[in-house]
Amino acid sequence: MNKKILKSYLVPGITALACVIIPAVLIKFNFLSAYTAGILNQCAIYAMMALSVNIICGITGQLSLGQAGFMAIGAYSTILLNQMLHIPVPVAIILAALISAVFGFLIGFPTLKLEGDYLAIVTLGFGEIIRVVLTNLKDITGGPNGKSFNTLLTFLELPKFLIFTSALIILIILIQNFIRSSYGRAILAVRDDEVAANANGISVFRYKMIGFVVASFIAGLGGAFYIWHMGFVKPEQASFAKSIDFLIFVVLGGMGSVTGSVLSAYVLTILQEGLRFLKDFRLLFYPVILIIVMIFRPQGLLGTNEFEFKKINEYRNSIKKFFENLFSKFKKGGNK
Amino acid sequence: MDSVILFCQQLVNGISLGSIYALIALGYTMVYGIVKLINFAHGDIMMMGAYAGYFVLIAMGPTPVGFCAAMIFAMIFSAMLGISIERLAYRPLRNAPRLNSLITAIAVELILQNLMRVLPFVGPNPRQVPQIKIPQLNIGNLSISGISLFVVFASAILMVVLNHIVNYTKTGKAMRSVSYDMQASSLMGINVNKTIATTFAIGSLLAGAAGLLYATAYPQVDPMMGYMPGLKAFVAAVLGGIGSIPGAMLGGIILGIAETMVKGYGPSAYADAISFSLLIVILLIRPTGIMGKKTVVKV
Repeated sequence: MNKKILKSYLVPGITALACVIIPAVLIKFNFLSAYTAGILNQCAIYAMMALSVNIICGITGQLSLGQAGFMAIGAYSTILLNQMLHIPVPVAIILAALISAVFGFLIGFPTLKLEGDYLAIVTLGFGEIIRVVLTNLKDITGGPNGKSFNTLLTFLELPKFLIFTSALIILIILIQNFIRSSYGRAILAVRDDEVAANANGISVFRYKMIGFVVASFIAGLGGAFYIWHMGFVKPEQASFAKSIDFLIFVVLGGMGSVTGSVLSAYVLTILQEGLRFLKDFRLLFYPVILIIVMIFRPQGLLGTNEFEFKKINEYRNSIKKFFENLFSKFKKGGNK
Repeated sequence: MDSVILFCQQLVNGISLGSIYALIALGYTMVYGIVKLINFAHGDIMMMGAYAGYFVLIAMGPTPVGFCAAMIFAMIFSAMLGISIERLAYRPLRNAPRLNSLITAIAVELILQNLMRVLPFVGPNPRQVPQIKIPQLNIGNLSISGISLFVVFASAILMVVLNHIVNYTKTGKAMRSVSYDMQASSLMGINVNKTIATTFAIGSLLAGAAGLLYATAYPQVDPMMGYMPGLKAFVAAVLGGIGSIPGAMLGGIILGIAETMVKGYGPSAYADAISFSLLIVILLIRPTGIMGKKTVVKV
């Protein structure tokens, strides 16, 4: 085998293994507390949600503001499948993700013909409808008090860490391959120029639909893992505010960059936990960063590029430039 | 006979709620018409306006004079807030991709909500708004609460004034022209920045008024109060055709009536879901809203 190809598989492969094994060992020998492990697990789930939003917003180029709705569908389906139909949890998780995908298809069918802002509004409305329905179907969903779901695994952080992180890595690999497949290329063409793609014989609606359904599937998976992790879910999980949280991960990391959105999901989730000592002020910190990034680095931290090890020096330089830029703009007293 | 009376009462309540939605929706629609930005912070400008009015109302007591002062202060305060938000957050991003401005708008929304939560004299807890006494109106068996009528009248006056400004003044003409073609208007000697700032000011002024009216009708204020009415008003704006001013008024009233009717006769807990479903149905039948203009995409 060619040496270069081997290297290009080896470095990410080893990194991926290290990402799973090193924290797992640390957790096993109590160097990382159960609390920290819990945060890492939450990060993995949020990274999945970021991937889901990234597929719609970054790769298909449509704006969705209702991704949390699909997550809630995944979470509630897992509970119901397991408790009412007594399906074992791993099967229930896959089925729940498929149910979310079906909902994605049903929602997408009429709405993907709408454009831009209108699609955003419809997905927003969809999320809110899910929330209201979940709140009111008290017999099935437990109403506004939510529903709890405790499996043995809910309290064991180490196995959860292994499962979630491996699932996340597999998802990343699958998505990368998906983007490079002929489907993925067609979807990218639709994102870049709908009219030109259409003129080249790409069915715009069909590929938007594929992107939308894949994203709903991943969101459902994220929801199923979420309920497995937290052991508790409330209808608020479907609210607009949650969808925005996921969108923020993607926008900060760079729309269209898979690694960017995963990294920013990790960084922001950990940051939110780390800033707990600021109490309510922490909630102010977050949007302020968002506005600063939007004004000074509108394409997000990584843009549409993927993170690559050989570019580390470049990143260092651009970070330096970013801060220089920031200070000079403030010295000049705002933007032109 | 009773059912007719009940229906009329629901209708008045619906129109009253609808006119508040319409007032907020006007701000959404004007801003969208001119800079193509969904100003998510608009609902929270309404909340800030409600707080501003609330403090004046507390200081001066719930008398008619106090209420007028509160109204004027809430409107001026919201207008200033609108202008400063536009200047600090939206103007630097005017030529950036649409999504960036949208995210910034969401960030501004979060900032306003959380700012009110951490401010020591506001805090996260809801507060009771002192009630002004307006006598009920009785027509036969039908009694209509004074506040509903007052809300409808106040909104009607504001909308008439707005209509006059947009259609018959120089500023209004500039606003219409900028929303039609920003670059061409700038070539014709229209100060685009000033016009956009004015649009934000007028939209926020209406939101401030709506905020105080909302706070009087449902007598409490809290930092999250702008969220739901904001979303609903946004739905109303889209329903009527976003960018169209009469559309926003119509959309607001339709949404208000639909919601009150569902609360009165249908499964009341689903009222929120109904308004969003209504939106989806309308968008599927008429993708640009009831009064929206269809635009042709040119390559």
